[in-house]
Amino acid sequence: MIRIQARTEPSSIMKLVSPILAIALTLIFGCILFSAIGKSPAQALHVLLIAPLADSYNIGEMFVKMGPLLLCAVGLSLCYRANMWNIGAEGQLLAGALGGSAMALYFIDSESALALPITLLAGMVSGMLWSAIPTFLKLRFNSNLILTTIMFNYIALYLLIWAVHGPLRDPQGFGFPESAMFADSTLLPTLFESSRIHLGIVFAIISAFIAWFILSKSHLGFQIRVFGADEPAARYAGFSSKKLSWFVMLFAGALAGLAGISETTGPIGQLVPNVSPGYGYSAIIVAYLGRLHPLGAIIAAMFMAVLYMGGDLAQIEMGIPVAVVSMFQGVLLFFLLACDFFINNRLAFSNQATN
Amino acid sequence: MKLKSLLVSLGLLAGASFAQAEEPLKVGFVYVGPVGDLGWSYEHDMGRKGLEEYFGDKVKTTYVENVPEGADAERVITQLAKAGNDLIFTTSFGFMNPTVKVAKRFPKVKFEHATGYKLSKNLGTYVLRTYEGRYISGVTAGMMTKTNTIGYIGSFPIPEVIRDINAAYMGAKSVNPDVKMKIVWANTWYDPGKETDAANALMDQGVDVMLQHTDSPAPLIAAEKRGLRAIGQASDQSKFAPNAHIFSVRDNWTPYYIKEVQAVMDGTWKSQDFWGGFHDEMLTLASINPNLPKDVRAKIDATYTAIKSGEFKPFTGPIKDNKGNVAVPANHSLTDQELAQVNWYVEGITDEIPH
Repeated sequence: MIRIQARTEPSSIMKLVSPILAIALTLIFGCILFSAIGKSPAQALHVLLIAPLADSYNIGEMFVKMGPLLLCAVGLSLCYRANMWNIGAEGQLLAGALGGSAMALYFIDSESALALPITLLAGMVSGMLWSAIPTFLKLRFNSNLILTTIMFNYIALYLLIWAVHGPLRDPQGFGFPESAMFADSTLLPTLFESSRIHLGIVFAIISAFIAWFILSKSHLGFQIRVFGADEPAARYAGFSSKKLSWFVMLFAGALAGLAGISETTGPIGQLVPNVSPGYGYSAIIVAYLGRLHPLGAIIAAMFMAVLYMGGDLAQIEMGIPVAVVSMFQGVLLFFLLACDFFINNRLAFSNQATN
Repeated sequence: MKLKSLLVSLGLLAGASFAQAEEPLKVGFVYVGPVGDLGWSYEHDMGRKGLEEYFGDKVKTTYVENVPEGADAERVITQLAKAGNDLIFTTSFGFMNPTVKVAKRFPKVKFEHATGYKLSKNLGTYVLRTYEGRYISGVTAGMMTKTNTIGYIGSFPIPEVIRDINAAYMGAKSVNPDVKMKIVWANTWYDPGKETDAANALMDQGVDVMLQHTDSPAPLIAAEKRGLRAIGQASDQSKFAPNAHIFSVRDNWTPYYIKEVQAVMDGTWKSQDFWGGFHDEMLTLASINPNLPKDVRAKIDATYTAIKSGEFKPFTGPIKDNKGNVAVPANHSLTDQELAQVNWYVEGITDEIPH
């Protein structure tokens, strides 16, 4: 008889072994999957996991892809530590892209040095506003944060689509739903010649360190950790749940908003209906892969970015259909999270049937 | 020493030119949807397969499916260019600015973007004269309707769709002076759920023949359920609604892809804005329902022949818009450039273009 038992202490061995075990299981699964469709497993795994880092262009692109994932995941890590189940990073990202881009279009004829900072700020404030509404609804009316944040994702998406079809549409664009290309004064500078790496990744890494500092070095962070671990104890200690909830939600909203405006003023250069291929949702996985640690999120975001790029390369170099690639990616994430389950739980073997 | 290096370089040259003669032309495709969407991306992939069939070993094609129209598009197009593709087709409007950017960085690679309006030395555009098919659809719907009300599901209010709505209405009016057209905007290219809702809303208002500018077969299935009629779009959709289906206006990209690849092989490729329709067999009438009344069938054939031969052009003046202004003067047929900018409804459409 096999049973699942909660461990009294998280297993320190499993903490180290879990990722290795997950990768081993994924490699075995990958070999079976790719052999089954008649592709060389070694080549496929190489293209999926190593080729994305094989040259300087690809490494640059990995950072471009990683930026928005990391910004959203850092904020979410803090929220989840404080038991605030914010599923709304996607909407906050889109709100940031929308609000910030409206500002960028206002500056379309401007060469002012302040144009970019104001645009970025507008993006962050829009993201904060978008997370403030569900937070208010939860704290005031005790509404379900998961549901309201998901619904606000859709509202943000449709607001954005309305805006690119209406007020923010390029007047010279033949009616197509896109804004005009932004002026140079509101474009994020790239870090290297001939690469798309832009300031957004710098923001993301700085934000991860700020979050790490808050969480592990400040009294506020101590309160968040106590809240996550034992809510009654935190209340008994007199910590204000309201204050903490507001803090983590606004922090996450600002970062997600920054992710959105960094996409439109960065690699895209205009407001389009498809700003995000679902970064806000993928960031939930990134946050958990990073074990809700802001610095862990850096590694996790890098890993997810590699996975996404490997998916494109597998199509280009080996003609592997996107459905097979998605299956492989899904299984990899499943194994990673499933193996982490055994950090806090274990299998118990016994001869007696339990009643 | 000198002689030796000369010999070596001669050998290299010979080797290089030999390799060039042997090496297939590499052609890349970027799709916005999955190849299994049975509509837009599916037909582009049929074109790619037709290309391989025609040229055999002389071409090597690669495709990337499901590419989001955001920051990812530029990376995917770049990677196709880096992988040595000589000609790259990007098949959705949202890929326009990313294609422009990549084309600038890879001046030796040829790019072709479907449905856009930006050209450069190594970037051409290509688009279908879908309005030709839409005119015949209108003629047929005008003859088949018993309620004198036909329906049109619009995707997005861009010139292509506005133009086709006009063509359909003018076609219907030419055979049925009492006909009315009802329009619903779905704001999507592909969403079977929304398309079903839109079709039902139209049929609730007395519509008995459905036309649509969205790509899924959902409106045909909805019409089949009510025993009404519908016309398929983009691909042959007869099997989804054997009774309702009148015919499908099918996109056929194969002849165009063959022509362009041949031009690159011959060294005669030039950047241009290409419009293809019945004349080029890039549009075809697929699976015309055998149970149509004889006069309807005869009219379909006659209109098709007239448009295909160039004897009849749907946008020939005098045409008034629905605000009473002259949109096309007498004895003038809209040029391709003018067609690309249609932003008015033809006289008789009692509706406003959404802004």
